[in-house]
Amino acid sequence: MTIEDARLELENVTVAYNGRPALQEVTFQVPHGAQVAVVGANGAGKSTLFKALVGLLPVRGGRILIHGQPLGSHHDCVAYVPQREDVEWRFPVTVEDVVMMGRFRRQGWLKRPSLQDRAAVASSLAQMGIASLAKRSIGELSGGQQQRAFLARALAQEPHILLMDEPFTGVDIATQEATLDLLVQLKTQQVTIMISTHDLNLAARHFDLVLLLHRRVVAFGAPAEVLTAQALSEAFGGQVLVLENGAVVVDDCCNPEDEV
Amino acid sequence: MFQWLTEPISYAFMQRSLLASLMVGILCAVIGCYVVLRGMAFMGDALAHAILPGVAIAYLLHGNLLLGGLIAAVIVALGIGFFSRQGELKEDTAIGILFAAALALGVALISTIRTYATDLTHILFGNILGVSPSDLWLTAGLGGAVMVTIILLYKEFLVISFDPVLAATLRLPAELLRNLLLVLLALTVVVSLKTVGVGLVTAMLVTPGATAYLLTRRLPAMMAVAAAIGAFSGLAGMYLSFYANIASGAAIVLTASGIFVLVFILAPRRGVLWQFIRRN
Repeated sequence: MTIEDARLELENVTVAYNGRPALQEVTFQVPHGAQVAVVGANGAGKSTLFKALVGLLPVRGGRILIHGQPLGSHHDCVAYVPQREDVEWRFPVTVEDVVMMGRFRRQGWLKRPSLQDRAAVASSLAQMGIASLAKRSIGELSGGQQQRAFLARALAQEPHILLMDEPFTGVDIATQEATLDLLVQLKTQQVTIMISTHDLNLAARHFDLVLLLHRRVVAFGAPAEVLTAQALSEAFGGQVLVLENGAVVVDDCCNPEDEV
Repeated sequence: MFQWLTEPISYAFMQRSLLASLMVGILCAVIGCYVVLRGMAFMGDALAHAILPGVAIAYLLHGNLLLGGLIAAVIVALGIGFFSRQGELKEDTAIGILFAAALALGVALISTIRTYATDLTHILFGNILGVSPSDLWLTAGLGGAVMVTIILLYKEFLVISFDPVLAATLRLPAELLRNLLLVLLALTVVVSLKTVGVGLVTAMLVTPGATAYLLTRRLPAMMAVAAAIGAFSGLAGMYLSFYANIASGAAIVLTASGIFVLVFILAPRRGVLWQFIRRN
């Protein structure tokens, strides 16, 4: 990995959340098209990292570079699917309208959707298996369907970097499968992906790289190198139990409310 | 019937008031969709009352009343944004403080005028029969500007209202857009001053939008239906006022409220009656 082809670089990044530092001195580089699982205990700063990457939280120190340029010089090359969408569910918009929002920055100010925009929306809906729901109100959908609608919106944005916060938590099997299929497909399109997850098995099996966070970078690299008993006990503290045969048990009883 | 409809139009002052109430009905209804969806009803009410000191100062200086109101409304709109942006105060608290202060200042200023009672009544409840041709031009000009802005910035206002996180991700200037929406709301309130007055403008902002919300599934349709309800209420209210000899602002608002009650009961899917039948 050379610095030139790194699509995403963080150098000594410090981010505060509610006045307290939630991430300190974070440095890592994600090469073009890599798929990264971000793993850590609750409060380790996984969501904070994503929010800083899309500009929702200010960076207190260090710098974030995308394609070698500072954060904010690109308008829509980073797409973000939060853990729980904080949207107005009663808003009179259809699923199609929501997905079209991913195209807004591409359309530019004052412009109306082009045929190309409509085609991108239709194919994103189809890819997430919710084409039949296009005309439904967003508030009428089930939780899993809503998540797929927001993934479709992220796809319609045609991002270079896609951030997904806990997309496998609290959703139905169909949505989990659709999300995993999406990872495979985006691999071929060279989209860089970062996903936060509690699921160490999933991280080990489906991702090129694992970032182990505990308010700072504990380890970063291929799953086999990162997911060691020592690194995990450092990241999860007392929640890790290392068995004699080498198996590792992580008790990460999830209270998403704690997540920052 | 035909004569019943045409008789009011034979008076020049009625032509002007009908035209004014039509324009105000449509304008309030369209921007009112955002007021309903973003929960800005209290803000609209506050802006309406904030006009009072501006109007009073303009009156004392023999200036243009609408211009005075406009300046006051924009100052208060941006003031509310400023006080609540710091995060020290919740927005509704900031609104409550500024709204009451502006109202008190307005009443204090107007009470120094000799014809206090009449002037205050006109400002509070409108004086549509006194709409002058220049008022009409001002309404058309400002109202047109507000409508064009809402149509041109449709996407941007939609995103900041529906999903502020996406707005930040797409690096839209959300703060600027939010303040712009407040300024548009202030313009609308000022333009409505003569038609329905300070006291009733909130109803024209909220009622047609809320009615349309019950009938539609998409924002453009909601705006169109709200505009139709606003226009109808404006015209029907003026006829009601002409024939029943009641205050015109009140007649317009009562018409819109009547339509709301009907729709609330009878609307397909979301109406009370429909849900009652489905449950049984």
